[in-house]
Amino acid sequence: MCLGIPGRVVSIEDEARHIAKVDVSGVKRNVNVGLVLPDGLDVGDWVLIHVGFAISKIDEEEAEATLGFLREMGEMFDQELDDYRSSGIA
Amino acid sequence: MTGAEGMRFVDEFRDPGIARTLVKRIDALAGGGSFKFMEVCGGHTHTIYQHGLHAILPDAIDLVHGPGCPVCVIPMGRVDDAIAIARTDGVIFTTYGDMMRVPGGDGSLLDAKADGADVRFVYSPLDALRIATENPDREVVFFAIGFETTTPSTAVTLLRAKAEGIDNFSVFCNHVTILPAIKAILDSPDMRLEGFVGPGHVSTIIGTKPYWWIPERYDKPVVISGFEPIDVLQSVLMLLEQIVEGRREVENQYGRVVREEGNPRALEAIHRTMELRPQFEWRGLGFISRSALKLRPELADFDAEVRFDVPGVRVADPKSCQCGEVLKGVIKPWECRVFGTACTPETPIGTCMVSSEGACAAYYNYGRYALREEAARARKGATA
Ligand code: SF4
Repeated sequence: MCLGIPGRVVSIEDEARHIAKVDVSGVKRNVNVGLVLPDGLDVGDWVLIHVGFAISKIDEEEAEATLGFLREMGEMFDQELDDYRSSGIA
Repeated sequence: MTGAEGMRFVDEFRDPGIARTLVKRIDALAGGGSFKFMEVCGGHTHTIYQHGLHAILPDAIDLVHGPGCPVCVIPMGRVDDAIAIARTDGVIFTTYGDMMRVPGGDGSLLDAKADGADVRFVYSPLDALRIATENPDREVVFFAIGFETTTPSTAVTLLRAKAEGIDNFSVFCNHVTILPAIKAILDSPDMRLEGFVGPGHVSTIIGTKPYWWIPERYDKPVVISGFEPIDVLQSVLMLLEQIVEGRREVENQYGRVVREEGNPRALEAIHRTMELRPQFEWRGLGFISRSALKLRPELADFDAEVRFDVPGVRVADPKSCQCGEVLKGVIKPWECRVFGTACTPETPIGTCMVSSEGACAAYYNYGRYALREEAARARKGATA
């Protein structure tokens, strides 16, 4: 639960509730992006996700590097992705 | 054990060149000295063991593992409280997966589930809230654990539950704050540390300012670090540079993610929903004052501790478990008497073996490095 995973914003789903669809390694799920909104958020931006919340915006280079590092974790990253897949935030 | 033995691990890095340069500089600065640095965060512990950093670094550098593993620090009594709530009629009890297997005084949440309690894994507190809207005739409780990284998520979920009037949702709040735990460790007489590798994601939320009392009052350097092996090596080098140059500061190695002011919106959400408890028990560390959060009285309707009968009984840790010593960095996981024998990730005795961020589990899972290291030590000993 403590991994921060990078994902890319695909679409804004619910503006009032700060919900956006975010793609993590091909898995697209809803995430709360309210905590990073003061920095402005557009489709295509990268965010660091923690338990269904974007906690920080990151640049593409950082996102790629972090994803590479997480993939090296093997099973642990697969587990995190499975958890993300199981999420159904509305 | 620098040189040939340890450096072989470096070949597996994505950027072995940089790693090699960093280790050389660390070696040169550390000289024949002896430096004990604590990595506060379990994520760093994981990186250190997965990538064999403890073997790559010179003997002069000793990395000790801190209390920053959220699952590891929850005391047994709180697990029992969670189980008591989960067993209440009509309750759906939701929890992060890691918490399921943590043993309480009388079994784990997983055991309670096997006995018929409705315990469900959730990825996010917002998933717990969704379950509440889908089950209006049930009481849905979320087992909130974690440091400042996770706390804002609970806070925002609470604000939404309140705004939308989802009144069958409540939170069993066990959020803890990292700084009082660091202070408790600094004040503990059996601990001698030269500096701290500071947590990356916690600092994304709280920023770099809240650490300044560590250099100012305790004369210890802090370097907030990213999670890649190169980040941790660079942070160790930055700590050494501070010491050698006579500086004591809070430096930010993870500036690409962590800002000085943290995330003000997240801090505001925490402030609006939670307040400090006078004290809270940490597994292994005992009671630490003002080290945890509870819901504000305005949110009493969403507070599981108000809505349910919580036994609140203190349960002593099992005698054979030395998690407390591991969490304070006093002993290394393999120095625990039952490590790898009675206590394994399949049959954990203590929490440090449950979470993949716990030092015992991280060390157990990446034992291949440990074994190679032991072998190298033995060889070195034989030629010395
Ligand atoms: S090996 Fe097991 S019993 Fe020993 S300190 Fe670690 S978690 Fe506790």
